[in-house]
Amino acid sequence: MSKPNRQELLLSAPSMGWLIVFFALPCLLTLTLAFHQSDLRGGVAAGWTWDTVNSLADPLYLPVVWRTLWISTVTTLLCLALALPMCWCLARLTPRWRNAMLLLVVLPFLTNFLIRIFAWRSLLHPEGPVKQLLVWLHLVGDDVLLLNNAGAVLVVMIYTQLPFAILPLYASVEKFDFTLIHAAHDLGASGWRAFRRVFLPGVRQGIISAAIIVFVSSLGQYVIPQFIGGTGDEMIGNKIVQRAFTDRNLPLACALAGALLLCVMVPVLIMAWRERKV
Amino acid sequence: MERKKGMKRFPLPLIITVLVLISLHAPLVLLVVNSFNASRFGGEWEGFTLKWYEKLWQANEVWESMLVTLKIATSATLASMILGTLAALALHRCRSWLQTAHHTLITLPLALPDILMGMSLLAMFVALGVETGMLTLWIAHTTFCLSYVTMVVLARLQDFDFTLLDAARDLGASRWQATRRVLLPLLLPGILAGGLLAFTLSIDDYVITFFVSGPGTTTLPLRVASMMKTSRALPMINALSTLMIACTFILAAVSFRLQRRNRAA
Repeated sequence: MSKPNRQELLLSAPSMGWLIVFFALPCLLTLTLAFHQSDLRGGVAAGWTWDTVNSLADPLYLPVVWRTLWISTVTTLLCLALALPMCWCLARLTPRWRNAMLLLVVLPFLTNFLIRIFAWRSLLHPEGPVKQLLVWLHLVGDDVLLLNNAGAVLVVMIYTQLPFAILPLYASVEKFDFTLIHAAHDLGASGWRAFRRVFLPGVRQGIISAAIIVFVSSLGQYVIPQFIGGTGDEMIGNKIVQRAFTDRNLPLACALAGALLLCVMVPVLIMAWRERKV
Repeated sequence: MERKKGMKRFPLPLIITVLVLISLHAPLVLLVVNSFNASRFGGEWEGFTLKWYEKLWQANEVWESMLVTLKIATSATLASMILGTLAALALHRCRSWLQTAHHTLITLPLALPDILMGMSLLAMFVALGVETGMLTLWIAHTTFCLSYVTMVVLARLQDFDFTLLDAARDLGASRWQATRRVLLPLLLPGILAGGLLAFTLSIDDYVITFFVSGPGTTTLPLRVASMMKTSRALPMINALSTLMIACTFILAAVSFRLQRRNRAA
């Protein structure tokens, strides 16, 4: 490691300055605002206090934190369960087909996030096609609601997060040596056994990064519970928005955001530490 | 032969892949079909119509939002292209402790959920007494686009042959001339690809925009969100979505072309 010279300082200054002022400082400010109280006009009162942080222990927030954690965990697991066989399949196709399939995976992901959520709202609508199909198949009754419940939130979460799982996983599956699978077959392993004992350990790195990326971005989700879920499906993100905009209690919103930031930093730091090791 | 045998032995992944690909596209296909459906709720097909497009054409607030979105996306893309290119050059060329910090600052915004960036920027603007509006939107969008542009340009720089710059200097070019006449033209496809990504992300963003937008700066995603709350506007969203999906496909095709030409060069 050398000392930075003048040219390096000039090159780095614009972007570093921008990110310090508009990213690092705001994050630190959020953490410090959590130790203030709001004043009556929706601003921040002077003076330091533990009250705002203590109010996070309110029984109102505990179920929300729990729900945020389980929805994110289940989303991560199901995304991996779908992404693994997909990447296995993609890697074994001819390059032409593989590129076409990858494009098909990425294209819906490029469509506006809110429009994809709207699409699911019309799909799961009481008069929408999914409901009609399920009723026709006699799988659900006429009065079952597909929207505004935790199941719907999970489905749409998986829908929006799946590319985040497929892309990092595919990067490591592409490097996997598939002749090892043939070797396993020749040695008498069944397809499932070869998948579990040879393929899964081989792409461990990709599985871990995919899991961390999906989990972290699920933790901060609030748009999907807001538009797809019911009142009982709120996550931490929804509470942050309500405190900031409905109650105009900025310090409490900052305290919640600070708690989320600390939750998120654990997996992010694990990822950073692993990258340095590799 | 070998490849086929493996597939046949294990058809489950193929079935899952096909089913997932169908369900990835089915919701979007439904939107496009419903935008031509005379039925208001799209429960069943009641005949072909263009009336939702007509209504959309007359909805002035949608086009005002479109204008705001394009203004923000263009200005944020330009700013992040400049900042991101400089950042990528610094990260690629220099190896001091400063760049370790620089790299962390660039990658952290990619790792943190959007809501945290939105909330912390809002906290700062409120603390400083800055009115939310065009300026705060531009700042926020430039901030989240910056990291993506840097990553794309940095990837391009891996393939760049820096001896070309030395050659230009040996032939008598000044440092500035070598940068402007050799480095920038060769790097341009990478910078443009980064800019295109930034533009797409800026148009798409709802979460961060929601926190830092003010009165009169309703972007298109914010407009769609408020339209979703009134059932009268729902068929118009189908029409708007169809137009936006078409734009996305065109942009994707352009960037695909750009990258392929770059690879050939």
